[in-house]
Amino acid sequence: MLIITPRLIEVMIAQARKEHPYETCGIIAGVEGSNKPKRLIPMQNVAQSRTFFQFDSKQQLQVWREMTARGEEPIVIYHSHTDSAAYPSREDVLYASEPQAHYLIISTTNTHSDSVRSFRIVNGTVTEERIKQVAEQEAALTMRLEMV
Amino acid sequence: MAITVNIPTILRPLTDNQRRVELSGATVQDIIENLEQQHTGIKEKLLADGQVHQFINIYVNDDDIRFSDGLATAVKEGDSVTILPSVAGG
Repeated sequence: MLIITPRLIEVMIAQARKEHPYETCGIIAGVEGSNKPKRLIPMQNVAQSRTFFQFDSKQQLQVWREMTARGEEPIVIYHSHTDSAAYPSREDVLYASEPQAHYLIISTTNTHSDSVRSFRIVNGTVTEERIKQVAEQEAALTMRLEMV
Repeated sequence: MAITVNIPTILRPLTDNQRRVELSGATVQDIIENLEQQHTGIKEKLLADGQVHQFINIYVNDDDIRFSDGLATAVKEGDSVTILPSVAGG
């Protein structure tokens, strides 16, 4: 299950709408091992495509270094589908390389307007998971309860 | 002699979970060969047909080797080599 604040979801949807019809992409970093997405970083899609996204390699290095320095990791890796449902494509599965991350997809098509779904992608296997939207303080409480 | 190689999360099972490995070599190609000597199986994750996989980024310090000399890119003592799977999809 992905526990995330409604605010972060809103920001991702707004970015996806703004960049439509091109695919948008980015990450939400959080403290390593915390499973709590905190710091949203929009990434540049160098593919500038309606059917593909790829992080800019220079920006990726910089962002990954910054996360390492702050003791963070990518908790959420998100992108949009501008002409299909919010379900991982063949390429999404093939190139997924962060087994600890929640892969979040936002669909900006008319038929799936602003639908947001989250998946784990590990060794080529896709597992959909529930997204639980909770406000900040409430999220902290839920995390504590789960640890009991 | 030491060049620091930063290993991405997904390849750490091949490096006994080490995030950084110290190696020697004169080019990125040497570094990959030496990495393979110590951690068998890592080379095939990085290269295909003698070329770096399209969705693997390798950097020497701040520079993506795609935009310098590829596997022939020179490295020297004190440099850091970073391997990062490119985040991409459809």
